[in-house]
Amino acid sequence: MLNQLRPALVLLIAMTAVTGLAYPLAITGIAGAVLPARAAGSLIERDGKVVGSSLIGQSFTGAGYFHGRPSATTAADPADAAKAVPAPYNAANSAGSNLGPTSAALAERVKGELDTLKAENPNQPVPVDLVTTSGSGLDPDVSPEAALFQVPRVARARNLPEDKLRELVTSRVEGRTLGLLGEPRVNVLALNLALDDLAKR
Amino acid sequence: MTLNGWMQIALYCAVVLALVKPLGLYMTRVFNGERNLLSPVLAPIERGLYRVSGIDARQEQTWLGYAGAMVVFNVAGFVLLYAILRLQAVLPLNPADQAAVAPDLAFNTSTSFVTNTNWQSYGGETTLSYLSQMLGLTHQNFVSAASGIAVAVALIRGFARASTRTLGSFWVDMTRATLYVLLPLCVLIALFLVSQGMPQTLQPYIEATTLEGAKQTIAVGPVASQVAIKMLGTNGGGFFNANAAHPFENPTALSNFVQIVSIFALGAALTNVFGRMVGDERQGWAILAAMGLLFVVGVAVTYWAEANAHGVLSNLGLTGGNMEGKEVRFGIAASALFAVITTAASCGAVNAMHDSFTALGGLIPLLNMQLGEVIIGGVGAGLYGMLIFVVVAIFVAGLMVGRTPEYLGKKIEAKEVKMAMLGILCLPLMMLGFTALATVVPAGLAGPANAGPHGFSEILYAYTSAAANNGSAFGGLTANTLFYNTTLAIGMLVGRFFVKIPVLAIAGSLAAKKRVPASAGTFPTHGGLFIGLLVGVVLIMGGLTFFPSLALGPVVEHLAGAAGQTFATGG
Repeated sequence: MLNQLRPALVLLIAMTAVTGLAYPLAITGIAGAVLPARAAGSLIERDGKVVGSSLIGQSFTGAGYFHGRPSATTAADPADAAKAVPAPYNAANSAGSNLGPTSAALAERVKGELDTLKAENPNQPVPVDLVTTSGSGLDPDVSPEAALFQVPRVARARNLPEDKLRELVTSRVEGRTLGLLGEPRVNVLALNLALDDLAKR
Repeated sequence: MTLNGWMQIALYCAVVLALVKPLGLYMTRVFNGERNLLSPVLAPIERGLYRVSGIDARQEQTWLGYAGAMVVFNVAGFVLLYAILRLQAVLPLNPADQAAVAPDLAFNTSTSFVTNTNWQSYGGETTLSYLSQMLGLTHQNFVSAASGIAVAVALIRGFARASTRTLGSFWVDMTRATLYVLLPLCVLIALFLVSQGMPQTLQPYIEATTLEGAKQTIAVGPVASQVAIKMLGTNGGGFFNANAAHPFENPTALSNFVQIVSIFALGAALTNVFGRMVGDERQGWAILAAMGLLFVVGVAVTYWAEANAHGVLSNLGLTGGNMEGKEVRFGIAASALFAVITTAASCGAVNAMHDSFTALGGLIPLLNMQLGEVIIGGVGAGLYGMLIFVVVAIFVAGLMVGRTPEYLGKKIEAKEVKMAMLGILCLPLMMLGFTALATVVPAGLAGPANAGPHGFSEILYAYTSAAANNGSAFGGLTANTLFYNTTLAIGMLVGRFFVKIPVLAIAGSLAAKKRVPASAGTFPTHGGLFIGLLVGVVLIMGGLTFFPSLALGPVVEHLAGAAGQTFATGG
């Protein structure tokens, strides 16, 4: 075994240098030169300030904005760092709810969300993605149905005609990649930015 | 279930199949030491590495020498990774000021990456510095995958060679797997992933002000370079907590597709390497067919289960499938497909939370791992795992007809069967033994987040994932405790090395044998009968061993859920 020690140690250090430093740094260099915006996290700026990333969902609670999906992310309790408190769309601590299919807590949470949404728009069935948390807690998208479902509420809050909002949502629907992969969706942050622009006009 | 969903699944299978032959040919040339496409660039680097390490590339090793080299290399890798994690607070490239990783968590994480498990007791963006992610995890992702490929190649040589004591050189196989196979593919995949929006930066986390005026800290980092090897090397340890469900770790449906192709690409191609090296490509296709059969059935069951909303959702009148824990851009089909792939291979990356799957949708990932991850499997590990089952299947066939079993002209005798059974039996010992322990001691019972049968499934899934070196989780389990970190690490070590070493012993024993010429009575091992026998042996062994545990977890939960029952914690 002892004669294996030199190859083991030298090869380990050499491989560490190649795969642990040279490779990631080379990719960082190339990506930064060729695709700087994407490599930096697809950030969106408004008036010189970063308002978020086009890939990361953020929390919307006001009636005048379209809302994303419920989020199960947490943050350390400011009063006691050992405890976690709910902090939706915490992009520094991604997480799902991990509630299973026979969880009473899940049943209670979904029922609560459902009642709120039904009160808001009693005329349409509630899309399932609006009452379920995403895997990351940072889902930037909702289904087209989920965005359209919220049109009456947003229209009331913004004093805008529903038709116009429905048009806005429809124009923001992204289809499947190559017409095949994934599912149709609407990016909530992009939709709300467009909504703000529309309201300004 | 939709037509579109099935088309996504069909396209996936077609792309993986199309890659088998070209990748198989390329890898065969690499491991035979022949000139290949990349030799002009990489051969000088390869020679340089051997020179500084004092390795004679022509000097081959016996199975014991090969196993010894692998163990020494892995132990050294473990020590290095442990040191990096413990020292990360004082090392550079730590913009988020992460503290040193606690001893039990560092032990668990180092074990996890050295064994190619990549279990996430750690939370990527909340625990690890950029340096730990690159120098520690990315590096181990490469070499643990390369070790797995090396052992598979050694076993293939055991079948292909006759009357020799040597199996090749671990150092050479490991170096070639890294330099010629993993690294070039990773460069391409990583750059593609950046083009889809995956970050690759050393800048600190970003402070954003949301449209509603709240502060949002957005974790970034050198993500793409790590994710490329995490998938290609079937490692699966995430850069972020939420793994491939995180929009930065899997931004688009296309990045998702490329990632799942990467998981299966090398494992599937290794069956072709096997066929080519033993001189009959049909042998490789037969093994791939057995794997493919088990895979397609698993995908169908999981997709069906997830496309129907479970009791909690359907009782409230919701339709559209089980979207809890899933991302809108992937939807049901791509999430179900991902879950089956990641557990069939020993990847363990997730693009949806398996803990929130329906009972039967979660049963398939669990069963995939319990069968030993032989459906394509981890790079190298899947092939040698399946070849162990081949040894058993051939032995069973021999018993049925009363003839000395042989495979590819090699007599399968007591020693091979004993070693194969050792490799097969250590997995249930770890999976079921530790699950039983955790369900009776307070430290184990403190883990599950869900009550009732689902809580049991969380524990069973954890030890299954650890021993099978998968790394995915029913994530509700609080596993970052002294009890779970330690027991899971033991499971990973036994699950990795008590399979790998018997496999090398089989390889050594086979290589030493003479080749028996095929006769009229030889059982053909490239036809439908053999494929059926192999699938049967895998399912019967798995079923007999694990059915009781599955009955206590997912099966009971399915029945309870169908009756409208829910379980509250603390009650």
